[in-house]
Amino acid sequence: MKKVKATAFAVLAMVAAGSVGMAASPALAGATFDAVKARGILQCGVNTALGGFSAPDSKGEWQGIDVDVCRAVAAAMFGDASKVRFSPLTSQARLTALQSGEIDMLSRNTTLTLQRDAAIGLNPTGVTFYDGQGFLVPKKLNVKSAKELGGATVCVQSGSTTELNLADYFRAQKMEFKPVVFEKLEELVAAFFAGRCDVYTSDASQLASGRALQAPNPDDYVILPEIISKEPLGPFVRHGDDQWHDVVRWSLFAMIEAEEYGITSKNVDEMLKSNDPNVKRILGVTPGMGKALGLDDKWAYNIIKLVGNYGESYERNVGSGSKLNLPRGYNAQWSKGGLLYAWPIR
Amino acid sequence: MASAHGTGIKPPARRLTWNDPTVRAVVYQVIALGLVAFGVWYLVSNTLHNLETRKIASGFDFLTREAGFAIGESPIYFGPENTYARAILVGILNTLRVAVVGIILATLLGTIIGIARLSKNWLLAKIASLYVEVMRNIPLLLHLFFWYALITEIMPGPRDALNPMPGVFISNRGIKVPSPTDHFAFDLAAGGFLLGLILSVVVAQWAKKRQERTGLTFPLMWSSLALILGLPLLGWLIGGAPTQLDVPVLRGFNFQGGATLTPEYAALLAGLVIYTAGFIAEVVRSGILAVSHGQWEAASALGFTRGRLLQLIVLPQALRVIIPPMTSQYLNITKNSSLAIAIGYPDIVSIANTTLNQTGQAIEGILVIMGVYLSISLSISLFMNWYNKHIALVER
Repeated sequence: MKKVKATAFAVLAMVAAGSVGMAASPALAGATFDAVKARGILQCGVNTALGGFSAPDSKGEWQGIDVDVCRAVAAAMFGDASKVRFSPLTSQARLTALQSGEIDMLSRNTTLTLQRDAAIGLNPTGVTFYDGQGFLVPKKLNVKSAKELGGATVCVQSGSTTELNLADYFRAQKMEFKPVVFEKLEELVAAFFAGRCDVYTSDASQLASGRALQAPNPDDYVILPEIISKEPLGPFVRHGDDQWHDVVRWSLFAMIEAEEYGITSKNVDEMLKSNDPNVKRILGVTPGMGKALGLDDKWAYNIIKLVGNYGESYERNVGSGSKLNLPRGYNAQWSKGGLLYAWPIR
Repeated sequence: MASAHGTGIKPPARRLTWNDPTVRAVVYQVIALGLVAFGVWYLVSNTLHNLETRKIASGFDFLTREAGFAIGESPIYFGPENTYARAILVGILNTLRVAVVGIILATLLGTIIGIARLSKNWLLAKIASLYVEVMRNIPLLLHLFFWYALITEIMPGPRDALNPMPGVFISNRGIKVPSPTDHFAFDLAAGGFLLGLILSVVVAQWAKKRQERTGLTFPLMWSSLALILGLPLLGWLIGGAPTQLDVPVLRGFNFQGGATLTPEYAALLAGLVIYTAGFIAEVVRSGILAVSHGQWEAASALGFTRGRLLQLIVLPQALRVIIPPMTSQYLNITKNSSLAIAIGYPDIVSIANTTLNQTGQAIEGILVIMGVYLSISLSISLFMNWYNKHIALVER
């Protein structure tokens, strides 16, 4: 009995050491900004392999819209978009990695929810991509609507809101289903395309990515019209450093705002001569904005010059310039009927 | 200091001195204990402090909340409306389901291969050696991926399932077989099976006592077989001998009804059994080889048949060598079953991981996993130690 107790304590101690104890120092209140600055490199959590969002390309360079957000923060902090170290994380490890201070920010297609904002010591900083959960099925099943999926076997990734939405949807529709839950996206996608499941459910963008990049023949699969959830995906930071929170939030806003005012990585140097007071403020021609964030006044200039505006990143990674070929949809500027509405840089 | 021992005829008074080994031992132990206690205190308080400063909720309250997710296979009913506690219970049952069956099958397969390796038949012995060397040198995770890929990639979809005999369907959704319906007679039959098991143990003990008293042997195998098979049959007949079974039929996407062996469970079980049997075979072989050759010869000289020789002379002695390392293999099977998560089998690790992810209670989730494995492992250890004592050489 004594031995059991002692073991239990040792075990507790090990967990503590593993998950929190060792990382005690970088997480102290207000210290993330200073720690990143002093280290000279940003530690950013991304997906292990999700084409279009974060995945290494053939040269081993990380590419994707989530990756660009990391690079934008690095550009704002250091004037150098390459000062990022990427930590590929499973959906299970991602929140713990941020909580424990292993990474400075998380940009890994993570849904913003009340629980994640309020109960686990994290803060979302904005929305990178407006998504929704959908269903991918083989065409040969002849399914036209998600309402016909009663009794289906569904492949789903563990540790995501997807798993909960799936159960909610089938419960609401009074349909039965059999989940097969995988930890890693790679194994899930392989099992689905091998025919282990009738349905693969995830965020629609992820389904499009899987179909375009991993299906033996993309035309054999179809995404059903029903979108069963709202999935605003965005970056997260830890509680306790509001200045760091601001930097991450406004780096993304700068990308969105730049698109709205037509500033691109190609024309940014010409735009320095612009007379538009908004453009002048964004690019730091009128000083003050960077200083308020604790950064160089060239912060947004660096983001646009080195990473590009939101539209450029979108087209390059998930839009018409990529295999995914996703339409802008909700992710268009508010002025074009979308939901992107950056707070004014002023 | 040295003078304490050097002078006088009187035995020296006991004094606290560094030269006294008892004093040194006590001091060292106190220091070691203190360091461990400090370490534990430091880590626990550090954790609690960090959790508090980061506003991360802690505690086990989440267990009573609605889970909201579904689980693919479960021996008891589980739906999204059930609690996290029940989800974890399902995980424990799923882990036990694979561990217990895995231990039984690995023991059987391992014993057969271990004995085959000692066979005088050259081919059989070489095949067994090859099995051991190949299987135990492939990492278990690869075993799992191999079996899982084999089932999902090679088997046809449910709509063109193989149908080797009526009511049995094999597809990449698993093996579907007819199962008994909810008829009273099947409950009776199940009861008869249990009763048969208990009665055969009782008969075996009676037969042993009788043999010690009178020297008469009893056909134990036949009587047990009759009890274990006969009683369920009797129960089924008394219940009215119903013949309708719940036969799986293809409806919609998949087969409905019947009992299922899912690809995840099958792949996990196959991987664990085939991998561990390689180790068990070596344990069994070493145990048999440990019995000195003289014992065999002596028993043969006394006229024992080969079966009785193995049963009465060799195995009881071999078991003493076999049991301790066998315990480790059983523990390995149990712990290795946590690799299930790689191929999507909902064991305790998979479900606790989902839970900790949905609730954000990482430390609590990990504690649950560790608590479960510790309990299962200690139970196996206790049982095996008890059994080891039971069969150990009783010296007079």
